[in-house]
Amino acid sequence: MRMSSPKTHSGTRTYIAFLLPGLLSFAVVVGGSFGYNIYLSFTEWPGYGAPKWIGLGNYAQLMHDPTFWASFLHSFEFILAMSIIPTFLGLLFAAIIYDFIGNYFGQRASTFLRISFYLPQIIALPVTGILWSWMLSPNLGAINTMLKTIGLSRFALNWLGEAGSAIFALSIMMIWIQVGYTIIIFVAGMARIDPALDEAGQLDGATWFQRFRIITVPQVYPELAIVLLTTTVAALKVFGPVFVMTQGGPGNATQVPAMYSYFNFFSTQKVGYGAAVATVLALLLTVLAIYLLRLQRKLGASR
Amino acid sequence: MRNILKRQKTEQHLKPRHGAQPWIVLGAMFFAAALWLFPVYVALLNAFKTPQEYVQSGVLAWPSKLDFSKITKFWVDTDFTGKLLNSIKISLSVSIIAVLLSFFTAYALGIGRIKGRMWVLGFFMVAFTIPQEALVYPIYKVSKQLNLYDTHLALIIVFSVLNIGFGTYMLSSVFSQFPEEILESARIDGASPLRIMRSIVLPLMRPTLFVLAVMFFIYTWNEFLIPLVMLASNENQTVTLAMAITTGQYTSDPTARAAAAIVGIAPSVIFFLIFQRTLMRGITVGAVK
Repeated sequence: MRMSSPKTHSGTRTYIAFLLPGLLSFAVVVGGSFGYNIYLSFTEWPGYGAPKWIGLGNYAQLMHDPTFWASFLHSFEFILAMSIIPTFLGLLFAAIIYDFIGNYFGQRASTFLRISFYLPQIIALPVTGILWSWMLSPNLGAINTMLKTIGLSRFALNWLGEAGSAIFALSIMMIWIQVGYTIIIFVAGMARIDPALDEAGQLDGATWFQRFRIITVPQVYPELAIVLLTTTVAALKVFGPVFVMTQGGPGNATQVPAMYSYFNFFSTQKVGYGAAVATVLALLLTVLAIYLLRLQRKLGASR
Repeated sequence: MRNILKRQKTEQHLKPRHGAQPWIVLGAMFFAAALWLFPVYVALLNAFKTPQEYVQSGVLAWPSKLDFSKITKFWVDTDFTGKLLNSIKISLSVSIIAVLLSFFTAYALGIGRIKGRMWVLGFFMVAFTIPQEALVYPIYKVSKQLNLYDTHLALIIVFSVLNIGFGTYMLSSVFSQFPEEILESARIDGASPLRIMRSIVLPLMRPTLFVLAVMFFIYTWNEFLIPLVMLASNENQTVTLAMAITTGQYTSDPTARAAAAIVGIAPSVIFFLIFQRTLMRGITVGAVK
């Protein structure tokens, strides 16, 4: 954020009065809860009675917990499905929609396409869960019913029931959800590009794809950075899609850190342990976000 | 100011379409869009079929006649009207309170330029990185102690505050481009910060605040983890939570599932189609500084 002159103006006291309601309530609700959560991570507690202080006990246990490590490993697979693939698809689709469809077929066609891709973003996750778990269900599901109708019954898998296919099926759903977001951000970025650049490229005889690679993509680097940052953070935080589809199963095949901490909080009542998982995730995300923001600034400065 | 709010492409003349290539690209994109709409389309097809027809004529067949019985059954069984009212009450309260609080905070940071504003903004950014799982258990326990467990008030407070982070970030980035000369001349005329806010900043910012309110409304509508933990009793539940509880039901009747999905999608889609432009503008203003 660029904010010019560091001078403070008259009426500072009034401005501080404006700041306080938001700042204090945020400090109490977010800061207070996170502080409490960190405290709980040093205790053993079933959720009632007094928490028992065990120091770093939970963290020591985390180091040797294969489910915890597996959950982080799955997070990296979800980075592929929620961040990297949707970013590439979104960049390509956005360029086609904005630059090609918009130019040849007009605003209506491009608006229709944008809305179609964006629709999954506004559907609440539990509804997405109903939709997709029905699509994927082994016997009466839409996908398998179709596969059987066209004689491909051997591909009619128990999608969410098998460890191998569950994470794949979830990944397809995540790509479906995420692409709309990336398209919208990139289209907005492309609207900023000076048309003269593109015209110069055309005069030089560059093909559409060459112009995409050499002109469009470098011009939307700021959007690219912000999309990669927000979607990577979202992938590491992911809870809703996993909760509504598989609850981390079968076995722990789709377990992720957020789901695992929820499971410890509310299913096995190992509150201290769940708090430790959540704390590690929060710290990891904060460090990662700071690193990515720094990287973004460095890339911005070197251009 | 204006061009931040309206980044729409201006109307322009279409390029002449020579040869087949533009049509091939158009066809490919519409095919991709059809894939994206497919799950909703299939649900729509089957929500109005009888279970017998689903088995006999297949998933992709058009329903021979429109059977609304499963839609009405789901609506009545879940008391969907009650759930809608709960969701509207919570989302509307949150969007109003969160916009007001974010506006005040961003005003102090972006227009007031108080000392240490980068630290304050950094602090608010934490809302973006801390997962709700790292907050939910303390919120659950403390709300029980304060007798706020299973109340809408608790959710309204929590979501209003959680949204201040993003709201402050977005508004202060818009404020940082606010024309300084206007503010300066108002100050020379002796206008107080309150006066500047009421007569200058607020009128100019009204469209942006509306965008933010629409975003908060739909985000709160779709919130899921905290309602799941906090709203125990059936009559307090939101639409989104009611849909989550439905996920496990009707496993034996795919058409009932399709009907439930369609009922759950309808409010969001209606809201989206009304506020589509507003929402997209908001997402893009928030994304890039």
